[in-house]
Amino acid sequence: MRGALAIFRKDMSIEWRTREGLSSVLVLGLLLLVVLTVAYDAPPEAAPALVPSVLWATFLFTGLLGVQRGFLLERENDCLSGLLVSPIDPAAIYLGKLAANVALLAVMQLVVVPLVGLFLHLDLMPVLPGLLVVLALGNLGFAALATLFAAISVRVRAREVMLPLLLLPLLVPLLIGTVSATRSVLAGGLTLASDALGVLACFDVIFAVAGWLLFAYVVRD
Amino acid sequence: MPALVAEGLVRAYAGMRVLAGVDLTVEAGETLALLGPNGAGKTTLLRVFALLLRPSEGRLTLFGIDARSAPPELRRRLGYLAHESFCYPDLSGAENLAFHARLFDVAAARERIGTLLAWAGLEAAGRRPVRFYSRGMSQRLALARALLHEPDLLLLDEPFSGLDPAAVEALQERLVALREAGRAIVLTTHDLDRAAPIATRTAILHRGRIASVLDGRAADAVAAAYRTVVAGGR
Repeated sequence: MRGALAIFRKDMSIEWRTREGLSSVLVLGLLLLVVLTVAYDAPPEAAPALVPSVLWATFLFTGLLGVQRGFLLERENDCLSGLLVSPIDPAAIYLGKLAANVALLAVMQLVVVPLVGLFLHLDLMPVLPGLLVVLALGNLGFAALATLFAAISVRVRAREVMLPLLLLPLLVPLLIGTVSATRSVLAGGLTLASDALGVLACFDVIFAVAGWLLFAYVVRD
Repeated sequence: MPALVAEGLVRAYAGMRVLAGVDLTVEAGETLALLGPNGAGKTTLLRVFALLLRPSEGRLTLFGIDARSAPPELRRRLGYLAHESFCYPDLSGAENLAFHARLFDVAAARERIGTLLAWAGLEAAGRRPVRFYSRGMSQRLALARALLHEPDLLLLDEPFSGLDPAAVEALQERLVALREAGRAIVLTTHDLDRAAPIATRTAILHRGRIASVLDGRAADAVAAAYRTVVAGGR
């Protein structure tokens, strides 16, 4: 836990100083939002129905960028080897990077979600508590899987292409779960979303545990 | 108990043997200089010793422990200087050392970091981001990082690279003091003149094998052996 906390603090410190990761995911998130809104060109009364798909499509692509950048930090000066020669369990590296990715994506969600409501003419305040649960579960599931695959892709050539190619097919169940849960929450609150939330919770647990167990095999020789 | 015992270490990449059966023993209180031409396998061998690479064949024992198990406590006893600094460019030198001190659970870290920054001549630059360091400053910081947790076995890949004469002298003094304190040191170098004053033994690595091991202080004999092994006597 000491190692995971040190890595989380280090990543947050670098992000706070450079703001490179956050600024790039926020700009990309805003651009995607504008592009999707313009592309759908829905009338104001039909626009709210687009919220789940626009929200999670935006999250998915901006998240890919954010998570990839988190591991590029470890590539410069071969810092990943610096972590691997230290006496911490590789699972602690995974936990530290996962926590940093979750935090970065949560900040991104804080900015993007209100904008989605604004662009698509939907007042999110009445459903905010339920929506926060879906956002948190979606964030954790995405980060759990993406952190593991970012560690794989950062060591290979054509890493920018590799991460989406490896990750997107595996994220389909998460995407279905988050879109479905968001739609249910917007329609009537958390109770309607219980099935989808169950799927999301299972996804989160499976991939967080898998990442924790497999990370050593991914990063070690 | 020897600090390091390598028996028949082989490391292959895509079928090509970079290490072709290395046998070597390093005792505590000894400095072994590893010489060899480019591509001899020095860096690969040091990465195997640092537990970053697994040998394809053979056995590595560190402080009597089979390195295949590589428990965290074993890593704590190793200090590794690589070609890269392992330091984050957007953190300052002091912050990088503080981060590694947390990973290694270094006691009285603040004092230790201050001492090492002073030794490395980075007191003034310690608060600047590493991105703005020169090559020599990065190397001195990387050395401070490798020494931070007072390892029992120091693995130094080209430690004199990028250092000015004063820094070379400071490093030589430090390494002699560490050896006299009972630490084991393995360093790779192309520069026999810089390794000779501190090495107790010199091994010549050629085509992935230890071709010769000599008394490190007999610089002329080492130079002659190096020419014989590497250049076929020319």
